[in-house]
Amino acid sequence: MSTRAVEPWTLAPLKAFVGEAGARLVLLMTPAGQVLAQHGFSRAMDVMSASALGAAIMASTGEIARQLNQPPFAALTHQGVRHGIFLGGISTGRGTIVALVVYDLEASSLGLVQLFFEQLATELDAASPKDPVPKQVLAADFERELTDSLNTLFGR
Amino acid sequence: MTAVVYQRALDLVTRVRGVRGAMLVTLGDGLVVAEHLMEGIKGPAVAALAASLANRLGRAMEAAGLGAGVFWHLQASDGALLVVPAASGILVVAVTEPAVNVGLVRLELLRAAGVVT
Repeated sequence: MSTRAVEPWTLAPLKAFVGEAGARLVLLMTPAGQVLAQHGFSRAMDVMSASALGAAIMASTGEIARQLNQPPFAALTHQGVRHGIFLGGISTGRGTIVALVVYDLEASSLGLVQLFFEQLATELDAASPKDPVPKQVLAADFERELTDSLNTLFGR
Repeated sequence: MTAVVYQRALDLVTRVRGVRGAMLVTLGDGLVVAEHLMEGIKGPAVAALAASLANRLGRAMEAAGLGAGVFWHLQASDGALLVVPAASGILVVAVTEPAVNVGLVRLELLRAAGVVT
């Protein structure tokens, strides 16, 4: 399984998390759905779909929390028959990062994912550059930025 | 099944001298259902790792044709982890000092497992 990152500082914490938690698929992305790193995905289309859906879920639950006058939910889990999904936000020097984790119930558990997610959050925060957030992706650059990111994530 | 029943099950274990804490943990998820721990013991970490270990040990025992595990005793230099799986898919876990009376803790773990079943 390959682990690749657009932002190199995310790579070591992500690899450690995957090894400890036994995660099958992991995406680290911005709340807007821009992918920073991935583990386990083999197709660019899957990454694009998962990041868009993950970002949408975080936005939806964030809005529900806002409607309830609550701070944003820390994490969301969904357990199926064979796989579980964990979605959580992490505060770093580069702003909030959303982690989407898919784990196999035979190889891991929600408890393990939660446990090592805390470690991932700590390590990402420590590793993140403390300089200002990089420039926003402009609409004119979007296609090129997206292509560059996917090329990096899949080693092209 | 109420929280009072779970707490009573844990009290059976923690009243044994040398037991530093006891927990009820879901075998599948590795999440804490109830706990009675001394300060300094990381409950969620112990729960997640103990459940993971229990799953793997269970598979190893089945593969070896030994059937389901009924009691695990992991001795470390500074203490021990004792686990009894209850029929309901819950693990009864005890964290103890090194010189605890293992036989007595085992009896109380089995009794607690009977309560949470």
